[in-house]
Amino acid sequence: MATLHSRSAARAMMAPAVFLLLVWMLVPLTMTLWFSFKRYLPLRGGDLGWTGFDNYVRFVTSSAFWPSVQATLLIVGGVLLITVLVGVLLALLLDQPMWGQGVVRILVIAPFFVMPTVSALVWKNMFMDPVNGLFAHLSKFFGLAPLEWLSQAPLFSITLIVSWQWLPFATLILLTALQSLDREQLEAGEMDGAPPLARFLHIVLPHLAQAITIVVLIQTIFLLSIFAEIFVTTQGSFGTRTLTYLIFQRVLESQNVGLGSAGGVYAIILANIVALFLMRIVGRNLDA
Amino acid sequence: MARAVTHQRKTLNTAIAWGIGLLIFFPVLWTILTSFKTEAQAIADPPVFFFFDWTLENYAVVQERSDYMRYLLNSVIIAGVSTVLGIVVAVPAAWSMAFVPSRRTKDILLWMLSTKMLPAVGVLYPIYLIFIELELLDTRTGLVIVMMLINLPIIVWMLYTYFREIPGEILEAARMDGASLREEILYVLTPMAVPGIASTLLLNFILAWNEAFWTLNLTAAKAGPLTAFIASYSSPEGLFYAKLSAASTMAIAPILILGWFSQKQLVRGLTFGAVK
Amino acid sequence: MGRMVLEKVEKRFGDVTVIPPLDLEIEDGEFVVFVGPSGCGKSTLLRLIAGLEDVTGGVIRIDGRDATTVPPAKRGLAMVFQSYALYPHMTVRKNISFPLRMAKLDKAEQDRRVEQAAAVLNLTDYLDRRPGQLSGGQRQRVAIGRAIVREPAAFLFDEPLSNLDAALRVGMRLEISELHERLKTTMIYVTHDQVEAMTMADKIVVLHAGRIEQVGSPLELYRTPRNRFVAGFIGSPRMNFLEGPEARRHDASAIGIRPEHIMPSPNEGAWKGRVGVSEHLGSDTFLHVHMEGCADPVTVRSGGEVDMHHGDTIYMTPDAGHIHRFDDQGLRIA
Repeated sequence: MATLHSRSAARAMMAPAVFLLLVWMLVPLTMTLWFSFKRYLPLRGGDLGWTGFDNYVRFVTSSAFWPSVQATLLIVGGVLLITVLVGVLLALLLDQPMWGQGVVRILVIAPFFVMPTVSALVWKNMFMDPVNGLFAHLSKFFGLAPLEWLSQAPLFSITLIVSWQWLPFATLILLTALQSLDREQLEAGEMDGAPPLARFLHIVLPHLAQAITIVVLIQTIFLLSIFAEIFVTTQGSFGTRTLTYLIFQRVLESQNVGLGSAGGVYAIILANIVALFLMRIVGRNLDA
Repeated sequence: MARAVTHQRKTLNTAIAWGIGLLIFFPVLWTILTSFKTEAQAIADPPVFFFFDWTLENYAVVQERSDYMRYLLNSVIIAGVSTVLGIVVAVPAAWSMAFVPSRRTKDILLWMLSTKMLPAVGVLYPIYLIFIELELLDTRTGLVIVMMLINLPIIVWMLYTYFREIPGEILEAARMDGASLREEILYVLTPMAVPGIASTLLLNFILAWNEAFWTLNLTAAKAGPLTAFIASYSSPEGLFYAKLSAASTMAIAPILILGWFSQKQLVRGLTFGAVK
Repeated sequence: MGRMVLEKVEKRFGDVTVIPPLDLEIEDGEFVVFVGPSGCGKSTLLRLIAGLEDVTGGVIRIDGRDATTVPPAKRGLAMVFQSYALYPHMTVRKNISFPLRMAKLDKAEQDRRVEQAAAVLNLTDYLDRRPGQLSGGQRQRVAIGRAIVREPAAFLFDEPLSNLDAALRVGMRLEISELHERLKTTMIYVTHDQVEAMTMADKIVVLHAGRIEQVGSPLELYRTPRNRFVAGFIGSPRMNFLEGPEARRHDASAIGIRPEHIMPSPNEGAWKGRVGVSEHLGSDTFLHVHMEGCADPVTVRSGGEVDMHHGDTIYMTPDAGHIHRFDDQGLRIA
């Protein structure tokens, strides 16, 4: 039977990918769970036995925890706010007729392709440096005292850098969504007497709602785990220690694996909550 | 039908869009320009834009001092091999899910996506430990494996959405026309799928090239790709702007060029087909 | 040769029965049309014959040979798909010669057959173009060309005209009929359009919910529909059905009368009604008449230049010889 045969062939063809991802997911996850219930200090005595939920409690009660949650929320929230707001405006602008649209698109997208370590370093040294950075030159030009960006406004600085990296992503997706809007809907709105702002609010924005949701969800997942930008700029000092960075420090810098793993489990749960919403949208689209 | 837009309106749009576009692009432009300056000109106040003595000296120094070529080679190998391997594993999987879907196909696809959502830091230590045990730390092999695995879900997804656009009737027509499975794949499916596979290759190469969590944590001098190379400029070399710029330009130039080709695939690849 | 016999052929998808066991015979050289509303299983039946779906039960014989488990390519059938399913990356020439290349025919023979098919289908000037550069009608012809060159035992058409505009559809209909006259090869044609069925078929198979409602020549189905479904499906505009006292007068649970079998008159007749919308087609006029005690208006065909207007009173006389009687099961009463 042709189709029966192709079904079993299909399963065989899927097997390698499924197997690899299954291993990739289950093995480290199990190990993280395992370590999270242990007192495990590789450089200071190694495996010191089971501790139950001790690590989980200690992780959330440590003095570093709440500031890190706060830093994470401020950075993620700030970047989302900036990228979505500016992204919508930019997408609307790029959708207008103009000369050299293709070139402008390329200019706007470029930051997304700059590797995170490069953008962090370039911003840190060439723009935000209080002595030789461009911003310092600019402040002096206006007769102001140069700001020490990364120590005086550390969260804002990192939010700025990360927003610059992710703005292209938001813009590009929103622009794509915008271009799929049926022009006749807008013309119908115009015939019905809706002024431009009303057309934006009642036709364009609802059309973009799904794309905005997707931008928010996908960016949240990536932003929760930004690492290089902090690693290269402040190394987590000046209140820029996010949850991800805190866990990284616990695991690799202070080698408190048990504690770090408990933090890791928290991070996984957090990411999964966001992922769940994203999957529902993606899943719905699969059926369509 | 589109209406004629007034000339002034279009001029205004153009001016604003170009202004904003250049502003967003400026850090990249500035880095490229600075890479051709002398160190003194690089920190000059007021800054110099185009009228300086263009020099290639920085590039020579960067290569000489930090062995740029080795990092470049690592980047190319890690990003290239991991992407190709990923595609080899993903093509059969995506093919079967697109053309022989079952009731579980959707669940499998979503589950694959969910592995991509796993925060890397949550499994950092286990991977680190496994790497030590298997002596993979600071090896290209190790990074190739990790890079392939973290990008595999995106690769499967992109290929799946491309394959799904190939109408099933065409494959049936080939079957009616007497093509065997091999001929069907060779003469009909592959030519139609090549553009999709190429786009997938391109985007995932870029993603692997720019990945900066695992590369920073699992490599040192030997297998480090360009992300690690740049991070090593963090201090104190970072204060030599011209050299930092030259190193940065070399790290991002290949990808900027490739990236411009992949704009459209970017949306599809990173939104898992939810926005087209 | 292209004689086909379906014995107890059955198709289920999981728990859903798409086609309950059915029997059907198709003679060599016949033009058979499967017609029915969407979802009636006509395409599935075609795909079972093609071998693109496995049968759940039963036997399919092609020229006496059991073909039930034979793979599609080995059945000697050619198919024209609804979307044409042309290979977008190949030229017209390559598209048409594809089945010949798969059959490893020698190059000269391939070229000869392609040229011949192209000449028949007026495609000679387009052989080096790609499908994307062709109009809908031309693509359709390429799809047919790809089927012809194989010299198959039978052609299968799956709603081939549904993607064409109305004018082209009429033209292609004639071309396909012409092709059948010339080739004298068995053709099985699936459509939901009863006009296509009536105009093209030697034999119509009316399907409804996977079952065969009736098999017969177009005029047989028109004259003696076996049940209300066929009666209502074949013929345009559709047959009028009357229930209640009027039907009881004929000893039936319902009677059917076609619009062309009702004689309208402004002053006398068996039934009285009020003219609603009238559709003037030039050659004919269709009057939609509202009658006391009937939910749906009765459609009446009248001459092209009829002087009837909305709201006028009208009298109608059915042609007694053309009244179809149905019992409470909807079956025809002889």
